[in-house]
Amino acid sequence: MKSGKYRFMAILIILVIAVHGLTRLTGTQYYLTQLTMSAYYAMVVIGLAVLMGYAGQISIGHAGFFAIGGYLSGALTTHNLLPFRETPVLVLLERLHILQTGQDLYGEQLLTVAPWAACLCGVLTAALIALVLGVPVLKLKGHYLAMATLGFGIIIFQIVMATEYFGEADGISEVPGFVVFPGIAGMGRLVVSGDFSLRVQNYYIAWGMLIIGMYLLLNLIDSRVGRALRAIHGSEEAAAAIGVDTARFKLQVFVLSAVYASLAGVFLTHYNGSIGPSEASIIKSVRYVALVAVGGMANLWGVLIMGFSLTFLSLRGIFGTYDDAVFGTILILVMLFAPDGILSIRARGWLKSGTGGPVDHA
Amino acid sequence: MLELKGVHKKFGGLQAVNDVSFTVPAGAIKSVIGPNGAGKTTLFNLIAGTLVPTAGTILFLDQEIQGMKPHQVAAMGLSRTFQNINLFHGMTVLETVMVGRHIRTSAGFLAGMLQLPRARAEEQAIRERSMELLELLGIADFANQEATSLAFGQQRAVEMARALATEPKLLLLDEPAAGLNIYETAEVARFITRIRDMGITVLLVEHDMSLVMDISDEIVVLSFGEKIAEDHPEAIQRNPEVIRIYLGEDEEADLESHAEDTKS
Repeated sequence: MKSGKYRFMAILIILVIAVHGLTRLTGTQYYLTQLTMSAYYAMVVIGLAVLMGYAGQISIGHAGFFAIGGYLSGALTTHNLLPFRETPVLVLLERLHILQTGQDLYGEQLLTVAPWAACLCGVLTAALIALVLGVPVLKLKGHYLAMATLGFGIIIFQIVMATEYFGEADGISEVPGFVVFPGIAGMGRLVVSGDFSLRVQNYYIAWGMLIIGMYLLLNLIDSRVGRALRAIHGSEEAAAAIGVDTARFKLQVFVLSAVYASLAGVFLTHYNGSIGPSEASIIKSVRYVALVAVGGMANLWGVLIMGFSLTFLSLRGIFGTYDDAVFGTILILVMLFAPDGILSIRARGWLKSGTGGPVDHA
Repeated sequence: MLELKGVHKKFGGLQAVNDVSFTVPAGAIKSVIGPNGAGKTTLFNLIAGTLVPTAGTILFLDQEIQGMKPHQVAAMGLSRTFQNINLFHGMTVLETVMVGRHIRTSAGFLAGMLQLPRARAEEQAIRERSMELLELLGIADFANQEATSLAFGQQRAVEMARALATEPKLLLLDEPAAGLNIYETAEVARFITRIRDMGITVLLVEHDMSLVMDISDEIVVLSFGEKIAEDHPEAIQRNPEVIRIYLGEDEEADLESHAEDTKS
């Protein structure tokens, strides 16, 4: 089991490097943009897979957490605080290096929240909201939980659509790049940004984050907590009877998946330089659920592969105007013919050797 | 070990458990018998924290546990099995029993995700202890099979191993012989005495009279939610009220003949 995990990790790392090499050799480096974006979306999907596939708790509102991260980080790093510079709070924040100065496209002076602080704020807010939302909502089961999380997604969508601070229907643009490790010498040049010259490093930042995220989740599902989560999925009553605090673990994994989604939201927003309300839409949440389902639910590798590849095809415009219809159709077909996911039909045994344990049913 | 004082449970207009009091002394095998619908499983759910009593107190290790959550009761050292086998779908036998070590171990989300050395050492210990339990119950050969794919008797053994993995002081067994043939039932009887000899107190709900009479130190008889008798097995077998209410007049002869069997 363990050796399988590391073998798959190694294969993934080699593939990531090989794909970069291939685009370079064939002069098709424009693919890197969608490859980078797909990696961030895959990050959302693997986090959701642990919640849905392993712990058995559905969420049709994960685009909401993605949007909380992306929007907060985007808004904080673009709204000019210059007129309020003298207020005591901002003076303090500036002294703590939480603010940064810059210029907008027209050369006007800008004072904004530094991206690292905005990122932290976005992710922590998403985690906090997941915590507050999760306490009542995770008492619900099955369809009722699905409805409640759907409602949460709708609320977030309505908030970003109706709030001037979040740009209403236009969303937020001109989001600046984001230095990943601002304090660390030599790492200052690692910037999350859509800048053409930074395309290659951003490809590696995105995939690096996805690989680390994947590694942590693979460890988790093999651990005491991972077993407890799968036990909750299997039988909440029996799990509680042997001492698993089911409410607490459901809440923690809900928060964890919200952190994954919001982190992806933050990074992708800084990479794209913008975020719009479509990122918070229900259709996005449904798409994430479809990707988890098609990847095999309790199969992190399957979910990673399907989540990345279908998103990549979608971003390349393969599905054209039928994009959303394709994901809807996929969801229906998976539920009808392969509730364990498409990959479950053939490759599941093989892939399972990388994630441990037998297949869990939806 | 366990003491029930005037426990009531009402479901709407139905008095499922009515003023039941009894104690389970440490180191004993105590059984609760009664006809279908007598409130035995309800009583179990009250003790295990799945249900909250309408009135009355339940003391476990001299501490009131009524109203506590099942996982809290489990953490105190009270574990149970289920009448309808309740295994974790999709988990192997070994993993299922490893979950039973949950409350005796501590690695959290971060320790698990980062694979801290402490968590890895703990993981190893969990695995070893769980394998020991599988061997004890004779199901080690199935360690890597999906638990729900096993035969009925083996699934019950997995449940038992999972309950034992929590290191209980008191083990509640809800009809452990239901659906088993006489050979498997005899096996279960041997095993329950063995659990008792390991120092674990046992509270048993059972339909199989031979099993109950053979291994119990004391028996409580429930009928329509009320306790109608509490005594040693031989006395219960002679108790006319028990014979009338629990077995019906016609079966008196059967029960007496069984009493002869156990004496011989």
